[in-house]
Amino acid sequence: MLLSALRHRLRERPPLPPVPPPASAPPRPPFAFSPRRLRLGPQHPLLEDGDVQRHLYLREALTGRAEEAERPRVSEFYCHISGCSQVFDTLEGYEHHYNALHRNVCSFCRRSFPSGHLLDIHISEWHDSLFQIMAEKQNMYKCLVEGCVEKFKSSKDRKDHLVTVHLYPADFRFDRPKKAKSGAKHVSCPTDHDGSVLMDVSVETSEQLQADHMEVVPSESMEVPQPAASPSLPEKRLYKSRIPSTICFGQGATRGFKGPRKKV
Amino acid sequence: MWGRRRGAGPGGGAEELRARRREREAALRKARREQQLVSKRLLREDEAERGHDGAGDAAEAVLEPVLQGEVSELLRGVQRGSEDRRRWLRCLRRALQSKETQQEFVRLDGAVRTLVGLFTCSLPDVQLEAARCLHELSHSSDAAVAEACVPVTSYLLTYLSGHSIELMELCLYTLGNLVVESEVVRKKLLPQGIIPVLASCIQSPHEAVLEGLGYVLSQLLQAKEAPAEIIPLVLDSVLPQHMLRLVCSGLKFGTGAAVEFAWCLHYIVCSHTANVELMSLGAVPALTSLLCDIAFEISQSDSEGLELLICPVLRCLGNLLAEETGHEVQPQDERLLVALFVVMQCYLQQHPFIIPESLWLINNLTADEPFFCSALLSMDLLPALLQLLPHSQTVSVLVLTVLCNIAEKGPAYCQQLHQQAALPLLLHVLMVPDPEVVGQCLELLHLLFLHWPQVAVDFVRQGGHQTLEQHQSTPELQERVRALLDMALQPQDASVFSSPSAASSTFSQMM
Ligand SMILES: [Zn+2]
Ligand SMILES: [Zn+2]
Ligand SMILES: [Zn+2]
Repeated sequence: MLLSALRHRLRERPPLPPVPPPASAPPRPPFAFSPRRLRLGPQHPLLEDGDVQRHLYLREALTGRAEEAERPRVSEFYCHISGCSQVFDTLEGYEHHYNALHRNVCSFCRRSFPSGHLLDIHISEWHDSLFQIMAEKQNMYKCLVEGCVEKFKSSKDRKDHLVTVHLYPADFRFDRPKKAKSGAKHVSCPTDHDGSVLMDVSVETSEQLQADHMEVVPSESMEVPQPAASPSLPEKRLYKSRIPSTICFGQGATRGFKGPRKKV
Repeated sequence: MWGRRRGAGPGGGAEELRARRREREAALRKARREQQLVSKRLLREDEAERGHDGAGDAAEAVLEPVLQGEVSELLRGVQRGSEDRRRWLRCLRRALQSKETQQEFVRLDGAVRTLVGLFTCSLPDVQLEAARCLHELSHSSDAAVAEACVPVTSYLLTYLSGHSIELMELCLYTLGNLVVESEVVRKKLLPQGIIPVLASCIQSPHEAVLEGLGYVLSQLLQAKEAPAEIIPLVLDSVLPQHMLRLVCSGLKFGTGAAVEFAWCLHYIVCSHTANVELMSLGAVPALTSLLCDIAFEISQSDSEGLELLICPVLRCLGNLLAEETGHEVQPQDERLLVALFVVMQCYLQQHPFIIPESLWLINNLTADEPFFCSALLSMDLLPALLQLLPHSQTVSVLVLTVLCNIAEKGPAYCQQLHQQAALPLLLHVLMVPDPEVVGQCLELLHLLFLHWPQVAVDFVRQGGHQTLEQHQSTPELQERVRALLDMALQPQDASVFSSPSAASSTFSQMM
């Protein structure tokens, strides 16, 4: 049969002759056929071949972006955010940098958040002067999990909720109550008594790498010049990293700051 | 995006590749029969890391395991926090492509914790590199390795609410791999809010994100506890309408994502828990029109990979139309039938797995709808259907069932089947030594004889009764063979058409 004729029918729909009236009769033994629409469950043998093809595809598919070294180069440019001096020569590198570091930044304290949801919560808890007043009368601490509408009396209650209801880790990084402005380099899980604490500390002190994501405070940041790429690295990297100062989230010392609420 | 996958590389002759593919298929079949069929996807950066065997599982494209002790050296390098931490992470990531190295790594004290720490740090490229390491671990074929990554799930979800496409993609494929690891993992992800996160993520305009998201969701929906515990949550969200939208725009935008979401819909539909909801979203007309567009597309150009979109779309339509209320939402649109014949014709050689599934859908269309029976006949689709008869046992039975659906609609339909020369091919079918195929053929002949007696006359004239007699000794066919012979020979002078011995044997058995 001609594929072209069929293709035509997919677009044009020439009229069909009238449908003759059906005249069915029930099956007479020993014959048993009667028309049936069939529902196939996920394990039906008829679907085996298709499932096999699907899984071959999943296993063989290699999804990937171009290697960084192969990405189209643009002439080097600096991040335009004031105070940030990182240099890029690929748009992808910049895109990730911008979104990770500058996208959800608190305009009051310059802390950076992984999501708009966490930033919103931060702003109201840290910078909204009404928040504390309201919190004395009603539950104001919103759950950090998107889609959960629970509110709590304190950040402590929220933590309990996160751990018991949402099965979050007890040391969830984005829910550390702020202790003091200078606090902070020490990040450890209270249950750790072994080398991993040391490891964590060394991670964060040796390079002043702030393992927490929360904040970038220009005034307190220091720049760590990174060496030009070693010969084994194909791409040239001029890297100046901003060092966030403190680990903080939740109710905090700078609360009460007054000013227009705006998001970056 | 769609074109970037499945890079076939050099290596091995064509025959050897085919043989290895068959081996893989056999292993998957076995896993499926044992209800153990799960797969993971790999997201990797560069071609050089992917191995050179185009037919290989992605997982097999690995480097040699690093030497004993080197893994802890790598970990120390990463932990030391020197300026070239990122270089150490990169070496680690490459090393983690080997299963042995993965196993050694997760046993090291604080190893996964270090990765989680770096993954959540505020240095964007350190974070990305750590995410890639975690992804390699999640892809491990050793469940213990993948499960070592479970502490990272809440962070994976957190970053999905962010905006970095590259990071989101990594988080998604890592999640998708972890999801199939065990029910324990899924039991953790649900309270952590994976469904609401995915529901807001699905509104992303980025193809790469959407494809990864579809992958996660398809992995979730395949779980055995999905009908009771996951699908209700999905239905309560905005996901279904977006999934349907993304499947239906799959030809114009984001085929990779459409493939994933189409499989998601299939898993939902065949769980048989949500079909009223899906039909009220207009799934049947939407998928019908998609299938027509795809058929049009493949009829004019080789569109590599569309079979993986067609397959789940067919299945959704098949199962939705099998619902009690299915025929109410079914548009009387003959193009669906045309599309199915186009698909079968285009894929008969290359992707034969699509044939039985198409025929199943044709069965569901023709079973209760004279409209589709009549359309099949009047659009000259019958020859294409009859051509499929010798294809395989399953296909033969399905073709005969569709023909029965048509014949069952009465004299006008049987007359047309007869006019369009179905009979000679049925005589061939009677010679097949397969009782199931022959049995279905007997049912069809009965309907034809009953509604259009001229078929019986021509049947005898062409010697069909002699062929029939060969099946008299087959227990499951005996009775029907006898009844058919009776019908065929009764109105005629038996001695004219049949050999005396045949006639007498018939009569003797009737006694
Ligand atoms: Zn910047
Ligand atoms: Zn702030
Ligand atoms: Zn909550």
